[in-house]
Amino acid sequence: MNKVLDVRKLSKSFGGLAAVTAVNLHLNKGELVGLIGPNGAGKTTCFNLLTGIYEPDKGSISLHRDGQEYSLEKRKPHEICRLGVGRTFQNIRLFRDLTVLDNVRTAMNRTVKYGLFSALFHIGSYHREERELIEKSMELLKIFELDGKALELAKNLPYGEQRHLEIARALATEPALLLLDEPAAGMNPAETAQLTRTIEWIRKRFDLTILLIEHDMSLVMKICERVYVLDYGMLIAEGTPEVIKNNPRVVKAYLGEVAYA
Amino acid sequence: MMNRLFEKGRMKYIFALLVFAIGQLLVVTGYLNDYLFSTLTTLCINIILAVSLNLITGFTGQFSLGHAGFMSIGGYVCALISMRIPTVPGFLLGVLTGALAAAFVGFIVGLPTLRLKGDYLAIATLGMAEIIRIIFLNLKITNGAAGLNGIPQFVDWMWLSLFTFSSIILISNFIRSAHGRACVSIREDEIAAESIGIHATKYKVTAFVIGAFFAGIAGGLYASYFYFLRPTLFGFSRSIDILVIVVLGGIGSLSGSVIAAILLALISTYLQAFPELRMVFYAVALVVIMIVRPQGLMGSKELSLDLLKGFGRKRQRGGS
Repeated sequence: MNKVLDVRKLSKSFGGLAAVTAVNLHLNKGELVGLIGPNGAGKTTCFNLLTGIYEPDKGSISLHRDGQEYSLEKRKPHEICRLGVGRTFQNIRLFRDLTVLDNVRTAMNRTVKYGLFSALFHIGSYHREERELIEKSMELLKIFELDGKALELAKNLPYGEQRHLEIARALATEPALLLLDEPAAGMNPAETAQLTRTIEWIRKRFDLTILLIEHDMSLVMKICERVYVLDYGMLIAEGTPEVIKNNPRVVKAYLGEVAYA
Repeated sequence: MMNRLFEKGRMKYIFALLVFAIGQLLVVTGYLNDYLFSTLTTLCINIILAVSLNLITGFTGQFSLGHAGFMSIGGYVCALISMRIPTVPGFLLGVLTGALAAAFVGFIVGLPTLRLKGDYLAIATLGMAEIIRIIFLNLKITNGAAGLNGIPQFVDWMWLSLFTFSSIILISNFIRSAHGRACVSIREDEIAAESIGIHATKYKVTAFVIGAFFAGIAGGLYASYFYFLRPTLFGFSRSIDILVIVVLGGIGSLSGSVIAAILLALISTYLQAFPELRMVFYAVALVVIMIVRPQGLMGSKELSLDLLKGFGRKRQRGGS
């Protein structure tokens, strides 16, 4: 199978705290994989290592795209994005005081070819490229049914739509691999169901490989093809949702709590 | 919808021409005397300074207290060149070289300091401006503390309005481009901006360099109009004065900066009649404005010249 992401022995500690220890994981092309674990297990730290916000202490991260292999562990966040890794954040990080349109449009900056001089004088390909940017952004917003709110400020959107806009913004960077950090956090069951459909749909439409952190087990069990389970920074299990559900270590660390609740 | 989203914004050129024509009329008819013209010059210089600082602080979110430093570089370079070539081309060469020199220093200083955030950056830029001032204080070519006298005067309404409107229009063009939006996204959330592929350091330095360039132009105009320069003119308090205009007008609003600069010029002109109480009233006025409108006069909104056009469209849509 075609690997898109291959992570080996990834480790990171903060002072004396080992946040992530020797994690191995891989994603095959087109897969939708879940990363679960109790609070503080190191899931978001993993994402931050994958996207260059933290530099790993040890281990390697390699991204395969178009027959090339890129190692990500020494790269800056913006370079990693440009190689084709998009992400959302657990605590929504939109550009709150910018319009919905500008949130998406800014994420398409990579495709802009005109330089500083054209930007200052609004000459050359400025007008044509700006028009194309708006058209592409509106197309993307339409998918998330946000095109009618293009000129509203991001902070004025309802919570669920903010989550959708963040996914739209990540997609605007044209990623091959999408990392979603708790996309259903704070959503009610109906919203979660809609989000589940959206994720499955964009995965097909944009030919994506997705790694997903989630607490909502119904979502994970429903759409993930494989699941990795982290506890205290270490990988304790890996497999299909069915296998994970019945793994005693996982039940003890994580699902046990859900069963009693 | 597309047309509403995509503004060409040609109105600003018409507006600029109109203001120029009115000003020229006042100059030709002699209504604008020397005193009023000197106030107008100070106003235009303050507008250029505030608009360029707003690009750095308001739009890119980098708190800089060093704008007077860039202004002084533009001023001294322009003075030294136009004193040797006392012609209009010499003056223009001076303004442009001064602005480029300020931009260059902005680049050299910006690369290391823009890694700092918030208060730390403010202190670093403050230190930079002080270093520049002390260099001018000790250089032989700038005549130390006594400064430069007899700089040839070339600033008239034409040059003044040309430079002021170009600065406003170019900076506003920049902000409404992909590069400008990258800067604004850094202000909004640096980590999110990097996660969508924006090279934060590159754009911070770009904004800093463009801001420094226009501050250099303001310095050149200052040198040429007031025909003398001393290092004490470019101390900490001038940087603060510029920052006051930006904050008062609204962080992230160019038209706010322009309006605030005009308002402060009016207040300070009218207070000329009470020299001993002038600064007290000025300070009280600032405090009152900041209490009533803490987000600044304009907040982050822009006064749009397309407002009338927009209104016409709205009615059309309503009718259809």
